[in-house]
Amino acid sequence: MKTLLKAENIVKNFPAKTGFFASGGSVIHALNGVSFTVERGETLGLVGESGCGKSTLAKIIARLITPTDGRVFFEGEDITHLKQNKLKKIRRNIQFVFQDPHASLNPQMAIIKTVSEPFIVHGLRRAKEAFSEAERILSLVGIPKEMVSRYPHEFSTGQRQRIAIARALALNPKLIIADEPIASLDVSIQAQILNLFKELKEKFNLTYIFISHDLRVIEYISDRVLVMYLGKIMEVAKNSDLYNHPIHPYTEALLSAIPIPDPAAKKKRIILKGEIPGLTKLPSGCVFHTRCRYAEPKCVEEIPALTEINGRYFACHFPL
Amino acid sequence: MFWKRFKKNKLALTGAILVFGLLVIAILAPFVSPYDPNIINMDDVLQAPGSRHILGTDDLGRDILSRMIYGTRISLSVGFVAIAIATIIGIILGSLAGYYGKLIDSLIMRLVDIMLSVPTFFLLLTIIAIVGPSIWIVMFVIGLTGWMSIARLVRAEFLTLKEREFVLAARSIGASDARIIFKHILPNAMSPVYVSFILGVAGAILMESGLSFLGFGVQPPTPSWGNILTAGREYMEVAWWLIFFPGLAILLTCLSYYILGEGIRQALDPKLKI
Repeated sequence: MKTLLKAENIVKNFPAKTGFFASGGSVIHALNGVSFTVERGETLGLVGESGCGKSTLAKIIARLITPTDGRVFFEGEDITHLKQNKLKKIRRNIQFVFQDPHASLNPQMAIIKTVSEPFIVHGLRRAKEAFSEAERILSLVGIPKEMVSRYPHEFSTGQRQRIAIARALALNPKLIIADEPIASLDVSIQAQILNLFKELKEKFNLTYIFISHDLRVIEYISDRVLVMYLGKIMEVAKNSDLYNHPIHPYTEALLSAIPIPDPAAKKKRIILKGEIPGLTKLPSGCVFHTRCRYAEPKCVEEIPALTEINGRYFACHFPL
Repeated sequence: MFWKRFKKNKLALTGAILVFGLLVIAILAPFVSPYDPNIINMDDVLQAPGSRHILGTDDLGRDILSRMIYGTRISLSVGFVAIAIATIIGIILGSLAGYYGKLIDSLIMRLVDIMLSVPTFFLLLTIIAIVGPSIWIVMFVIGLTGWMSIARLVRAEFLTLKEREFVLAARSIGASDARIIFKHILPNAMSPVYVSFILGVAGAILMESGLSFLGFGVQPPTPSWGNILTAGREYMEVAWWLIFFPGLAILLTCLSYYILGEGIRQALDPKLKI
């Protein structure tokens, strides 16, 4: 079985905060029918502007929040509504790395406790063994043995992210979801952490869902890329295909925004007109039509389905 | 870090030393008091403070200093036990309300509102009038009526902390609710509780003194600052020392707890520059 994870038509609505006098009942449409698969051993990159639902999707897959509609399958098993014990078993296989390692580590807990906690929670090892195992994993991500009894505030941001990765790694998961894991790091550290992700993947046969708004990072780490806009999938394609020849106008615009580190190189940037529409009232038809430079009347009326041609998926009436 | 900031605050340090001194006196009462607090000596009735009796004697010739030293034991233990009960109840209910939210939160918070509307002192008087005065009753009733502010504090901390990513991270490794509450959220929610605990002890000491003064608290001959005051009231005009020293002890004790509590609050507040 090659497919590790399958998401089917995921929808997530949040009730919008309304004031006392506002006529209530408005809803934020964070995700509007997202379907995709993750193959064993691949790195799926997730890109999109802020607010497009990347993090919400990640949290739904990790069962940190429940979707309004749709189902998530892990190794063929529907995990969308699992309870307690069965969910705990799934959690061993799906681990999460958060964006901000200042927020994701308990400030009152020595890091050795944080990293050994997964073993203790799952009753895999006794406290003493759990500690030595945690020490081993920490040294694997580059935290020396002498530092393991320190507290998070004694570490740099990069080191903290290594600790957070060690925690995710502890249970030997099959899938790691990394939600903007390098966005809060210095550029010099970003490369180190990215390479650590790559290294660990080789070593432990991991599968990643890697979220970033940085297209360069996604290009570097991903095998396949999924482009999202307003809670919908715009395009899914193999890394090289997507970067060489985008099919969706939104992808094209995104790619044109990548800065080229060569002042002499001239290139035409596609400037998207207007603002991102609010998530409470989505545009009719194709959600991108309000800002698309190729938009035609059909785009306003009809929602484009996610179509496949030669292994590439896109949701557009007039693919490039 | 905490110590460094706390040490800079001279007033708070004074409070800490006084509070610590009182604790030592209470523990070492049999060794530091010059006389047995309950020995009646009719030859030494209503002696003014002097070389034999530093703080004078009462109408039965008992040494005031010794009685006050033993009274420290009563006052402090009532204060600590009562507030410990209040804190435990407050932490449990506050955690449940803050963590689970929704119906549980509404129920617990309405209970808090109801309890806050009850005048504690008169509730105490009523209960003691029914079941009879006892130091244990005083402790429990003060504890059972004093948990509301702590519950509110803990709930507020939980509301912000439960959204933090380290809590999500704990959930993603499969940690149980109990584990998340006690190992992850609570340790990060404790600093306002410490302050509230110290301030609460002062309040409880004051309340115990008031009750004992009215005769509803610690019963004579067991000495307590409140009932030494009561006994001295009748002789107020001829023997000022009978009410002056217990009153001063209550005042200074409460004051030192308040400045200690305030000092801890300031030292824990990272936004405050000291």
